[in-house]
Amino acid sequence: MTDPSPAPSPRGWTRGPFISILAVTAVAAAAITGLLVNIVERKQEARNPFFRVVELDDDTEDPATWGKNFPLQYDAYLRTVDQQRTRYGGSEALPRSPTEADPRSVVSQERIEEDPRLRTMWAGYAFAVDFRKKRGHAYMLEDQTYTERVQQFKQPGTCIHCHASVYVPYRKAGDGDLIKGFEAFNRMPYAEARKSFTHPIACIDCHDPATMALRVTRPGFLEGIKALKASQGVPDYDVNTAATRQEMRSFVCGQCHVEYYFEGPEKRLTYPWAKGLKVENIVTYYQEAGFTDWTHAETGAPTLKAQHPEFEMWSQGIHARSGVACADCHMPYTRVGALKISDHHVRSPLLNVSNACQTCHKWPEDELRARAELIQERTVNLRNRALDALVALIGDIKAAKDAGATDAALGAARDAQRRAQFYVDFVESENSNGFHAPQEATRILGDAIDEIRKGQLTLRPSPAMKPRPRS
Amino acid sequence: MRVPRAAALVFVALLGVVLGLGVYTFAYARGWSYLTNDPKACANCHVMNEQYDGWVKASHRSVAVCNDCHVPPDFLGKYATKAQNGFWHSFYFTTQTFHEPIRATRKSRGIAEANCRRCHATVALGMGTPSHEGPRGVSCIRCHSSVGHMELGATSVAAETR
Repeated sequence: MTDPSPAPSPRGWTRGPFISILAVTAVAAAAITGLLVNIVERKQEARNPFFRVVELDDDTEDPATWGKNFPLQYDAYLRTVDQQRTRYGGSEALPRSPTEADPRSVVSQERIEEDPRLRTMWAGYAFAVDFRKKRGHAYMLEDQTYTERVQQFKQPGTCIHCHASVYVPYRKAGDGDLIKGFEAFNRMPYAEARKSFTHPIACIDCHDPATMALRVTRPGFLEGIKALKASQGVPDYDVNTAATRQEMRSFVCGQCHVEYYFEGPEKRLTYPWAKGLKVENIVTYYQEAGFTDWTHAETGAPTLKAQHPEFEMWSQGIHARSGVACADCHMPYTRVGALKISDHHVRSPLLNVSNACQTCHKWPEDELRARAELIQERTVNLRNRALDALVALIGDIKAAKDAGATDAALGAARDAQRRAQFYVDFVESENSNGFHAPQEATRILGDAIDEIRKGQLTLRPSPAMKPRPRS
Repeated sequence: MRVPRAAALVFVALLGVVLGLGVYTFAYARGWSYLTNDPKACANCHVMNEQYDGWVKASHRSVAVCNDCHVPPDFLGKYATKAQNGFWHSFYFTTQTFHEPIRATRKSRGIAEANCRRCHATVALGMGTPSHEGPRGVSCIRCHSSVGHMELGATSVAAETR
């Protein structure tokens, strides 16, 4: 401005390059600022992952309230509504016309229609009427409320133990005493008990509201693990003080994903672990307790129903042996920005192979999926043979019974059915198609087929006579 | 037409602003740390927390830092690799588009392999059978994958306690 002369300065620039350089500079400044802001954001994420906007206490039941403090975990938790198939598992969303008795507009596949052998196995029991594929955690309460097994049959309030968030209602019913509340609901009819429960599994079922530490809240597991540890020489085991953090990452899942029965007239939910977690330990337990789920409609055998023994099966596998917890594969760490959280969208690892498997197994996703599916394919094939064998045994006992065989003559075959059927069901109702413990699943099915063979032999005429021609 | 000197001065000032922004961003992002051998720098963005935690507990912690294995030993190779990796790591972290869990590229594995053989030359020479040499040979880290930073249990426990 001191030199108004328009004369070109020898060091001045022409307008063209001036504007170009200005534009480049502006873009560079914008990019650097953008990068700076991005770095600030990432640093913030890494610094403080937690903002407490609500107070949580031991009575905060609604997961949406917890979700205000932990929005990332809550968002993922909500995603358990997803219905997605894997090759052998998972569920498919099937449309359905809602009725007054059952307002569900989406359900999963009906298993007894897909495989009618299941109907034969469970003849005379509620499972032969309605048994659909399991859906995600979000549906647990709804699906229990409207299954024909509950609608058509009288079920005890015990069932709610694993199909709702029970911690707060149990304590309320027991005046602060969790076990007293548990006992009170066990004795009620299901329909009456159902009224006190609002949410499917919620944050408070696994987390301490003050510290967020994992915590076992379901009485069935508290008592079951105590009995198991006692059988191993550990008296008075209290899971919430004695278990390691890594153990807890399986134990909170084992609160429900287990074999169980209702003990005595009080219908007390009991996990049959006092002799061990293996299938034969559980059968021995039931033998000694004299427990029978129902009398088989076609054969009159005193039969048992196995119920989703994921925890027991996992405990026999190589992953458990290597210290891998349920949550390591079903809730693997997932990165959100610079923050790492465990994925609360609980699902099949086959739907999330990179996070679930590749942390340990450095192979391509396709290879890992192929390995898992090969295990499942072999298990499913053997399970099919075992089911065929079981249906044949049931047919043989029924034929002998119809031909006038006495209870004494049928006793050994019925006992074989009781044991073999529980074994087959143990693999069938377990939700991994053998993956949780491949050799154990195969061993169980092999033992079942052998038991069936022996059962069928007892129905044959004495060896001196010609064997019955097979139909 | 020429631009007046005053405008040129403003322009230089603007350049200074950009330079200042750049220098501040570099400093704020601890850019200088990437020129050092400090292993903490590699976990600046937290993506490599597990690897860092694993290294702290691994057998090589007292004899090798990240750079001893993951960049070539010569000056030029070292800084060229740092520049290349630095650019792409920043790019993918900023855009949040990368495979998880993170994996070493073929080039990175080659550099690590060469460094194994550099320090353990006596052993490597002693094992110089064809199956352990050349591009198709068995690499050291195929079996000794946990010497640099233990994975699995060790790292997940470390990650949990943070």
